[in-house]
Amino acid sequence: MTDPAATRTVVIEREMAHPPEKIWRALTQSPLMEEWLMSNDFKPVEGHRFQFRATPVPGWNGVIECEVRAVEPHARLSYSWGSMGMESLVTFTLTPTESGTHLRMEHSGFQQDQDANYKGATYGWNKFIGNLERVVRGLD
Amino acid sequence: MYLTMQAVADHVFKALADPTRRAIFEHLARDGEQTVHALTGRAGVSQPAVSKHLGVLKHARLVRCRRNGREAHYNAQPQALAPLVDWMTHYGAFWSDRFDQLENLLKRMDP
Repeated sequence: MTDPAATRTVVIEREMAHPPEKIWRALTQSPLMEEWLMSNDFKPVEGHRFQFRATPVPGWNGVIECEVRAVEPHARLSYSWGSMGMESLVTFTLTPTESGTHLRMEHSGFQQDQDANYKGATYGWNKFIGNLERVVRGLD
Repeated sequence: MYLTMQAVADHVFKALADPTRRAIFEHLARDGEQTVHALTGRAGVSQPAVSKHLGVLKHARLVRCRRNGREAHYNAQPQALAPLVDWMTHYGAFWSDRFDQLENLLKRMDP
């Protein structure tokens, strides 16, 4: 059986007619990130903790807690994405092409809980989600 | 649409963020209706603690309660998991939309 975490990944890939250096600026400069993604206090420094802030709605404060995990200028950027007690990981990969850049974004969900409260808990998300899929499939 | 789905999912995610609650929910989903008493025997925590966990699950509509005499019987409501199962659809749409905005921004930026 495949790892349930590995199957829960959103991948977006696009060919862009812009050089990697320019795309890197849009991915890592806070005011530019706000223009296409969300308002934030990002800094391109590994270990830097920051937040994305969307418009709050009833039941959700609009805050996404993040931490920079990898910064390889013009090539790779990775940060954790914590929302509603679940930690996931967002990774951008930039590959130069003849006409510009191949940009790939991978958002992997359902990582094991990182919070200290859950450390040592044998009942991880991955196992739970795997079991749930069977339950939900049985509904139809 | 993205934010609305977030709001709907919020209670479900919070309810299931706790390992004991996940375990209780899964027992109910797998083994069918059970009393608080029976669940307490398996959960390894006190009856008031189990009742409190069931309250959170009930608020998220993940379980339903049926009274029969003095005993409360709990049922799992797996259809309440839809927001969780929709995670991929949800973030797929979100990022696709943001990438369109990124491309618009790149057109406006200095080279």
